[in-house]
Amino acid sequence: MAALTFDGIEMVYPDGTRAVADASFSVDRHEFVTVVGPSGCGKSTLLRIASGLLRPTAGRVEIDREHLGYVFQDATLLPWRTVRKNVELLAELRGVPAAERSRLATQAIAMVGLDGFEGHYPRSLSGGMKMRASLARTLTLRPPVLLFDEPFGAVDEITREHLNDQTQALFQAEGFAALFITHSISEAVFMSTRVLVMSARPGRIVNEFAVPFAYPRHPELRFDPEFAALSGAISKDLRGVHV
Amino acid sequence: MTELHEPATVGVTAAPGIDPDSAAADAVTPDRLTPRRPRGTTWWAIAWPPLLLGAILVGGWYVVTYVVLDDQRRFLMPPPHAVVSDGFLGESRQGDANISIILHALQRTATVAAIGLVLSIVIGVVLAVLMSQSAKVERAVFPFAVMLQATPILALVPLIGFWFGFSTNPRVIVCVIISLFPIVVNTLFGLQSAERSMHDLFTLQHASRRTRLRKLMFPAGLPAIFAGLRISAGLSVIGAIVGDFFFGQGTPGLGQVLKRATSNAESELLFAAVIVACALGVVVFLFFGWLGRRVTGHWHQPADGT
Repeated sequence: MAALTFDGIEMVYPDGTRAVADASFSVDRHEFVTVVGPSGCGKSTLLRIASGLLRPTAGRVEIDREHLGYVFQDATLLPWRTVRKNVELLAELRGVPAAERSRLATQAIAMVGLDGFEGHYPRSLSGGMKMRASLARTLTLRPPVLLFDEPFGAVDEITREHLNDQTQALFQAEGFAALFITHSISEAVFMSTRVLVMSARPGRIVNEFAVPFAYPRHPELRFDPEFAALSGAISKDLRGVHV
Repeated sequence: MTELHEPATVGVTAAPGIDPDSAAADAVTPDRLTPRRPRGTTWWAIAWPPLLLGAILVGGWYVVTYVVLDDQRRFLMPPPHAVVSDGFLGESRQGDANISIILHALQRTATVAAIGLVLSIVIGVVLAVLMSQSAKVERAVFPFAVMLQATPILALVPLIGFWFGFSTNPRVIVCVIISLFPIVVNTLFGLQSAERSMHDLFTLQHASRRTRLRKLMFPAGLPAIFAGLRISAGLSVIGAIVGDFFFGQGTPGLGQVLKRATSNAESELLFAAVIVACALGVVVFLFFGWLGRRVTGHWHQPADGT
């Protein structure tokens, strides 16, 4: 059953820029779908449309917007709130009572391994830790659908791999449906069940790769010849669409 | 700002419940959060440059008094020790103790400036909030705020006197006029400073306007609001003195003392009053800087290090 369906989505901005052209695909429950594409191809636009932050100029989206997690490109932590208060924010905005909120936050903080940092302010955290706090905030609502907007683009390679490991493990544990945006092919292959390739602007989905590896995936998978072969195929495809 | 390093052993299979020990090992040293001065530096190491410059300036003052000016013209710039002995500790021509004149005037001026500042804060923040909620209101108000700021206060003072008399109220009005603009502009800038993604975060949870204002825009704006407050507080002191200088009715403030000392050629008293006025402005500036750090210092680090 589809958790998220795009049907003939088109997005033309008021200035005439055609960001997305005729995007149709769906993400099933318990599926991790990643969209890769050259920068500026309208990948992020897809997520803004899915979440309802942006209204498409044509087409239809089917998604339960009341239960939606959105992980932003930057951690988007409120600097005046501690890690715990940041993680509680979404529940707070939804009017969840304080005791329940606190329980949800404790749980989510444990899930991303930030125990012991509840009282810290974002400015004393590293980029990777900020991202994990942001992840924890989204997880408090236990969303069945999670949208990731290039969330690990700003951290270093090692941190990124850790975050990928962790996201993949969370996907295992939580069983959400994920739509993940990135331009890192190895990140895409490592975490996803399916990788979609998007063309340069106006973005359209031009190819699709199923990722056969079983979960849980271990970091060594990145050095597997099959992994390399699949990454290579996607890369070749991307070069084809990159103008 | 130093950053923490990502704990090296973020588990692959451990989530949920990544090894907490590895995270705790990287715990932040809290003293980094309030680096008021580098560790190990003494008070003296911080204070000597301004003290040295101050000593040079006082030395220059003595040179002007005793070398540049001859006896007849020495009253133009009485020496520092005479400002203390005659200006602060002496008596006026009417036989009143100068120190009591100055302290009463200081109290009066500080009161007027404080009332003016409070009014400015209330009016300014309300205006800025309205402007932040509606682009139309912002466009409507902004040009007039700039006009108010651009008009020389001296041109308005006589009018204010004609309209509102020469007592306390017009003095307060001068304070408000002169201190309102920085509060409006800085508060508005602050309210608009939250990033778009933060707004998206609130939009996705269907946050109401009020919630957004209270939990996002206002806290995000606090550093800028305090920056504005610090400027306005100093301006309000100037407004109180300028107003007092022109409006003679009621208890005299520092403006009246300045004016009387000038017309009586009591230059020691004049210098003493100038020093007190300056000190009041400095104290107010330092107070609001301190207050701002108290409120936002735990999460905000100003780029200019003040």
